[in-house]
Amino acid sequence: MIPLSWYLILSAALFSIGLFGVLSRKNAVAILLGIELMLNAVNINLVSFWRYGDVSQMAGQVFAIIVFAVAASEVAVGLALVISVYRRRNTVIADELDLMKW
Amino acid sequence: MTTETLIWLIPLPPILAFFLIVLFTNRNKALSHTVAIGAALLSWLGAMIVFVRAIGTPDLGKTPFASFINWIPTADTWLKIGVQIDPFGAVTLFFVAWTVLMIFLYSVGYHNYGQPAGDHDHPGLPPHGATDEHGHQVPSVEPMYSRFFAFISLFAFGMFTLVVSDNLLTLFAGWEIMGLCSYLLIGFWYAKPSARAAAVKAFMTTRVGDVFMLLGIAFLYSATGSLSYRDIFQAQVLHTLASVPTPIFGLSAAGLIGLLLFIGTIGKSAQFPLHVWLPDAMEGPTPVSAMIHAATMVSAGVYMIIRMFPLISLDPKTMTVIAFIGTFTAIFAATIAVAQNDIKRVLAYSTISQLGFMVAALGTGAYVAAAFHLVTHAFFKALLFLGSGSVIHGMEHGVLHTGDHNVDPQNMFNMGGLRKKMPITFWTFLIGGFALSGFPLLTAGFWSKDEIFSGAFNNGHLIVFITLAVAAFLTAFYTMRQITLTFLGGPRTKEAEHAHETPWTMIAPLVVLAIFAIGYGWVGIPQDFLGLHLNPSWFHEFVGSTLAVMPAESPFSWIVFGTSLVVSLGGLFFGWLAYRNVSVPEQDKLQIPLLKNKYYFDELYNVVFIKPSYWFAETFVYQWVDKGLIDGVLHLFGKAANGIGSIIRNYFDLPVINRFFGDGTAHVTQWVGKNLRPIQSGRIQQYMLVSLIVLLAIAGLLYYLLVIV
Amino acid sequence: MTASQIFFLFVGLVILGSSLMVVTTRNLIHAALWLIVTLFGVAVLYAILNASFLAVVQVVVYIGAIAILFIFAVMLTRKDMRDSGPQLNNGWWLNVIISLLTFGGLFWMLQSWNGFSKAAADFPSNYDAVGQLGKALISPDAFVLPFEVASVLLLAALVGSVYIAFNRK
Repeated sequence: MIPLSWYLILSAALFSIGLFGVLSRKNAVAILLGIELMLNAVNINLVSFWRYGDVSQMAGQVFAIIVFAVAASEVAVGLALVISVYRRRNTVIADELDLMKW
Repeated sequence: MTTETLIWLIPLPPILAFFLIVLFTNRNKALSHTVAIGAALLSWLGAMIVFVRAIGTPDLGKTPFASFINWIPTADTWLKIGVQIDPFGAVTLFFVAWTVLMIFLYSVGYHNYGQPAGDHDHPGLPPHGATDEHGHQVPSVEPMYSRFFAFISLFAFGMFTLVVSDNLLTLFAGWEIMGLCSYLLIGFWYAKPSARAAAVKAFMTTRVGDVFMLLGIAFLYSATGSLSYRDIFQAQVLHTLASVPTPIFGLSAAGLIGLLLFIGTIGKSAQFPLHVWLPDAMEGPTPVSAMIHAATMVSAGVYMIIRMFPLISLDPKTMTVIAFIGTFTAIFAATIAVAQNDIKRVLAYSTISQLGFMVAALGTGAYVAAAFHLVTHAFFKALLFLGSGSVIHGMEHGVLHTGDHNVDPQNMFNMGGLRKKMPITFWTFLIGGFALSGFPLLTAGFWSKDEIFSGAFNNGHLIVFITLAVAAFLTAFYTMRQITLTFLGGPRTKEAEHAHETPWTMIAPLVVLAIFAIGYGWVGIPQDFLGLHLNPSWFHEFVGSTLAVMPAESPFSWIVFGTSLVVSLGGLFFGWLAYRNVSVPEQDKLQIPLLKNKYYFDELYNVVFIKPSYWFAETFVYQWVDKGLIDGVLHLFGKAANGIGSIIRNYFDLPVINRFFGDGTAHVTQWVGKNLRPIQSGRIQQYMLVSLIVLLAIAGLLYYLLVIV
Repeated sequence: MTASQIFFLFVGLVILGSSLMVVTTRNLIHAALWLIVTLFGVAVLYAILNASFLAVVQVVVYIGAIAILFIFAVMLTRKDMRDSGPQLNNGWWLNVIISLLTFGGLFWMLQSWNGFSKAAADFPSNYDAVGQLGKALISPDAFVLPFEVASVLLLAALVGSVYIAFNRK
């Protein structure tokens, strides 16, 4: 059978890749893509713990659904921001959006 | 009123006059001279009453009029001061009172009271003449008239104090007051540089003598514990003083004290070597010259050593010194006097010479002769000075008349023929001159000089006798020279032609003093004069009784008498002979430069004493010590403080406190801020990176701490 | 190795590979499409885990909405259709290290947990997982509150994003 550790390692790897994407990509939209990957990794973790724990406890799945909702709203707002910024500054490269500085 | 009270009161009116004139009547000339002459009159009255009572008191020498008070408390006793009039004091009081009164009266006329104020007269300069309503130049009144009377009143106070005091302390006080007044009065016309210099010279020179005198007084006080005459002149005390030796010159204590006191006399009475101030003192007005430098102040020196005779005579070495200095001064000054052309200078040197006579007399032990000559000299010298003042006034009339101010009214070679222009002055001056020369029998000077000669001769001091005889010859010679050049012959200048007699305030004192110059001598006629058996000399009996042991009268000696006659008549004759045809200085054979320049003593003192003193004060003390050393030390302190301050500033304050702590903190903060600022770049990926790194680090740390440890 | 394990490995590879592509392609459209592949893989994984509802929701919501949204956003924020220049930051090697460290750290911490390698319990038959999930979501003593709050959250996000991205002319 598939041990729990495989799922956990998978989600850890996915999370790290998503992390890499967040840190390294220039385009702001690409950063949000990385965030999506990370959230998916979290979801995998949650569901595998639900399955490998007490199945009758629905908290795992409910948590995962909430994460869905949050991810969706976050992407919506985030992309709205990116579009708004794009309209103002005509760029989506994260390094150029550095007004919130000293 | 008891005599003692009267004696206490005699010095009082002049000092009151001084204060009244200075404080109140300064502006009013008439009131000032009234106050002054009134005071002199009161003192004269008191002095006359005391004198009359003194003459009438038998044994005044043993029981003088005396009164004293306890003044300064010393450890177990008191220092007493008081008054005492013994016979010597009485005769001194007599002549002092008369000469003071006469000179006060004379000063009114001398300073041209009643004349208009000058055209351009300045206080501090002699009055220069005024133009009256007819356009003539007339003499002008002295601008500082009241000041003069104030000063001579103060002086009179000093002299009276000196005469009536019974102790050396108040004598010294009077001595110094007179020294002060001498300074003030010689420098009366203070705007003249020569007057100022003369005043300082007089004061400084007499100061030298006064220092030694003060040493003598101090020594006396420490040896005997008292300064009063009655305590010092007790036989026991004198004996002790005479037997205690001192390490100086092998003198006994009495001798040393005597010598020190005598040095005070050398200064005050202008003996050699401190004689240089008296001729310069002629810068003062003539009444000042008469009173201070002929009759009273210089006499005070001789008065003091006559007073201290019982002490001084104890040591033969001191007496020799005194005799020597007196004799030398007499001949020395006489030789200078024959070459002087200024009428007052001749009289100044004459004064020095005559004081030398008195001092020499005392040195040979002739107590009474010295006292006698003191009294007679005061009268005729005052007379001569006042007469010369009258002559100068007459010449100044002439100068104002012709308007030629280059002519010196005091130079005898500008005079001549004044006998006809100023007769009363002439006759009184002649009487005075003859008295000075010792004209036989008629004048007081003869009798007193004769006494001195007898004293010297009979006590075996032949060198003194011969030298004094030569000096007397010269005295008569230069006196006749003076009279001839001034009064006889014809007027040599226009100014002399226009001279005329002076007012009664100046003539009357001359007449009074002339009477004394003639008459006073007769009270001292020796008992066995010319071998006749006369009454004992009143003067000798009276004054001699001051001493514990009455000195014997000198026996009459034909040699002495003959010498007196020869020197006085011979000197007078030769003086007239040599000068009756002389009209310009070039014809005067005695204008030897050495004599004219007073043996160059002034120049010698200038080089030896004055210039080194100035150098010491100006260069050594002022430049080197005060500015260099003391100010240098202070500057050093200042520089050191400055240096320390700048070291602290530059090496500690600025680098450490300012830069390190102050600026340093700012710089560090800025540097940290500047370098930390880029952390907040606004780039979110960077923020995330940093937070991840920190998170990993903290996770590792926690793992390490919680799991491994 | 059982069949399920092989299948799992295959799905895992797909997921990881496509996610790597997501973060490395230049072309953003391609990145979004690779994301869709990744999401598909994750859905399959949910299905393996007997979370059937979640698998479907993943496809519908994530792929059907979110990924499409991404594509729209990419299209709206491009100056031109070609992407030029490098797509990774300058210090990407440091990010690699960080990621590796993160992975390593997570792995290390997990493997010291004693339940790390436990096996799955059998899934009970006739167990209505979906029904139970529905009941849990709306029952007051279960998770109705988070559920309602999530819906408010979605409303807020909706309104907010509309407002932010509104194009005022």
